Amino acid sequence: MADYTLKIRRFNPESGEAAYWEDFGVDLPPERSVLDGILQAKDREDASIGIRCSCRAAICGSCGVKINGKSRLACNTKIGDAASQAASKNSGAVVVEPMGNMPVLKDLIVDMDAVHWKKVQRVVPWLLPEGPPPDREYVVPAEAMIDVTQSMACIHCGACVSACLSLEVDPGFIGPAALAKAYRFVGDPRDGATEERLRDLAEDPHGIYDCTHCFACIEVCPKDVAPMSQIMRLRRRATADYEIKDRNNGYGHEQAFTSLVEKYGTLFEAQLLPRSLGDGSLVKGQLSPSGAKQLIPTLPTAARGLKSGKVSPRKALTHPKLPDQKQVRRIFKEIESKDERLELNLYIVGEEGAEEEGMAEGGLEA
Amino acid sequence: MKVAYWPGCVSRGFTPELHGSMAALAPKLDLELVELDRANCCGAGVIAEHNQELVDTLNARTFAMAQGVEDAAGMMNICSTCQGAQSECQERLDATGEYRDGINSNLSGEGLRYERDGQWWNKNLLWLLVEEIGLDTVRERVVRPLEGLRIAPFYGCYIVRPTRRLGFADHPERDQYLDQLIEALGAEPVEYAGARKCCGFPVITMNRTTSLRQAGRHLADAIDAGADCLVTPCPLCHLNLDLQQPDAEKYVERNDLGIPVLHLPQMVGLALGLEPKELGMNKHVVSTKAVVEKLAAAPAAA
Repeated sequence: MADYTLKIRRFNPESGEAAYWEDFGVDLPPERSVLDGILQAKDREDASIGIRCSCRAAICGSCGVKINGKSRLACNTKIGDAASQAASKNSGAVVVEPMGNMPVLKDLIVDMDAVHWKKVQRVVPWLLPEGPPPDREYVVPAEAMIDVTQSMACIHCGACVSACLSLEVDPGFIGPAALAKAYRFVGDPRDGATEERLRDLAEDPHGIYDCTHCFACIEVCPKDVAPMSQIMRLRRRATADYEIKDRNNGYGHEQAFTSLVEKYGTLFEAQLLPRSLGDGSLVKGQLSPSGAKQLIPTLPTAARGLKSGKVSPRKALTHPKLPDQKQVRRIFKEIESKDERLELNLYIVGEEGAEEEGMAEGGLEA
Repeated sequence: MKVAYWPGCVSRGFTPELHGSMAALAPKLDLELVELDRANCCGAGVIAEHNQELVDTLNARTFAMAQGVEDAAGMMNICSTCQGAQSECQERLDATGEYRDGINSNLSGEGLRYERDGQWWNKNLLWLLVEEIGLDTVRERVVRPLEGLRIAPFYGCYIVRPTRRLGFADHPERDQYLDQLIEALGAEPVEYAGARKCCGFPVITMNRTTSLRQAGRHLADAIDAGADCLVTPCPLCHLNLDLQQPDAEKYVERNDLGIPVLHLPQMVGLALGLEPKELGMNKHVVSTKAVVEKLAAAPAAA
C-alpha cells in the first residue's frame, strides 16, 4: 500500500460555479489503476465525483481522461507509474482532468455525442455493398481483412480526439477516430463506394488533408490503431489509386513534392507551392485562375523571404541536382512501375525477435 | 567526434542561416562533420504518404552512405522532420530481415546496403548534444552565459512523438532536452502550452487557417508567458513560426506578435562565444535584435 494524491478537475454545470481543482488522498498498491484511485476517492470522500467507467479492463473505452496532461484510459494507467511521472511537477500529485476537444458535462465526463460520435456518423460507418447481396455469405480474401484489423481495433474511447492538435484549432476537422473508421470501410473489398468515400474525404476542407501529421493520436491510442497512419493510407488511396484532384491541394502537394525530389534529389522549395496549386504542374499552378488566386495572398511571404536574405532570386529560380541524381531517378522509376505497392504494417507483422504479445502476432506467414 | 552529417533540404534552402550556424558551431564542439552531399530528401512524411517502399529505399540509401563514412560515431541531422521521417523508415527496415533485404535489393545496382546494427544511430543535434557530447561538456564551454534570457523551447512533433519509435524507452527524457540545454547555457526555460504542439507547417498548403492558427497560438502563448524568444530544432517549424509570423498574427486576432525564433545551433553558438552575424541571425524575418541587445546588456562573463 502507498499513499497518493489525486488532483482532480471538478466542474458541476448546475452549480453555476467555475471549474476548480480538488485534491484527494488515496491508498492503493502501485500496480492498481488511476481509475481504482478515483473510485476509492468517490467511495470514501465524495460520492459526487463524476467519472464514466464500466469494464475496468481497457475493453469498453469508457474511462478516457487526461492523466498528467496525456490522454489515456484511467483503467490501464498504473497509479504508481502516474505518480512517479508526476513526481517532478505538481508536488507529486497525479493530475486527472477531463479529455480535451469535447465539452465537459460534469467533472471527468465529456460529451462524446457532441463531438466524437457526430464525427463517426459523418464518415458513413457502415458497408455500402454494390449490387444485390450474394446467395450466401460474402467471400473476402484474408489479406484484405487483416489490412483493416488495425482500424477495427478502435474502442471509441476518444483519447485521440482529445489529443488531436488539428481539432484544437479547427473543431470542424473530422478527426483521427472517425477517419480511422473511414479506412475500415475504404479498405474493405465488400464496399462498393470506395471512390465516393475517398472523394468526399479529400474534398472536405476538414477531411484527410486537414491532419497536421503531429503523431499525437498515434502516441495516445491504447489499442495501437495509429489513426494518423490510417489517414495517410486514405491519402495514398485517394491520390495513387483514384487520382482525386481535390480542391484542398492535397493531391497537388503530394505530386509536386515527389516529382521535385524525383527530378532534383532534394526539395526545390521555391517550386513546391506553385506546383501544389496546379495539381503538380508549375504552369497550371501559376496560370490557372484557382492557382493564381491562391498564389497571390502568399506573395508577401515570398517577399519577406527575399528581403530577409533567406532566399536569393537565383535560389528562387534554380536548384542544383544531386551529383548522383540518376540513382534517385532510377529508384523512383523502378519502384513506381511495380504493379503493387509494398507496405509493411508493423501492427500486423510485429518486430522480428520481439516477444509476440496480443495484437502484434501473426500476419507475415499469410 | 566525427559524424556523417545530413543537413536536410530546408537548411540549405529557405533557412540557410541554420546550415551556416551549424558549420560555425561544429568546431566549438570538436565535431567533425562529413556532409552527405549525395544523399536525398528524407521525404518529410509526404513521400511516405505516396509510396512506402519508395521512401524506405530513399532513406536506406542515405543510411548506407552514412554507414560508409569511415570512423564516424554515427549520423547527425539538424532537422526534426528528417529525424522523424527517417526514424519511421528505420523502424520498418530494422523490423524484419526479409523486408530489409527487399529494400536493399532496390539499391544493389549502386552496391549500397543498409545494415541493421544495434550500435549505429541517427541523431538530431539536440540528442547528440545531450547524449553524446553531454551537458557537462557543453556547460564547460560556455563563454557567454545566456543569463537573463527567457527562452521558450519549441520541440515540435517529429522529435517527441511517437515515443516508442523515437527511442524513449532508452532515453526517457528526450522530451526535456531543450529545457535542460537552455538551463545549461545559463538561460531560463519558459513553460507555456505550445512547447510540444504542432507548428502547423505540414498543412500550410492544404489548410492555411488551421496551419497559421496553430503557429499564432503558440507564439502568443510564449509571449504571454514572458518569453524573449523561442528556440527550435526543426527548420520547418522555423518557417511557420518566423517566416509566416506576420501572417499568423491575423489568424489569432493579435497585433502584438513579433517574437524572435532561434535555430538550435544559433542558441548554442551564442553561448559558446560566436557572434550573431556568424550565426546568420540577421537573416530572420522577425528581428533577433532584442535577443542580442539583452545579451549585450547583461554583465560580461569572466
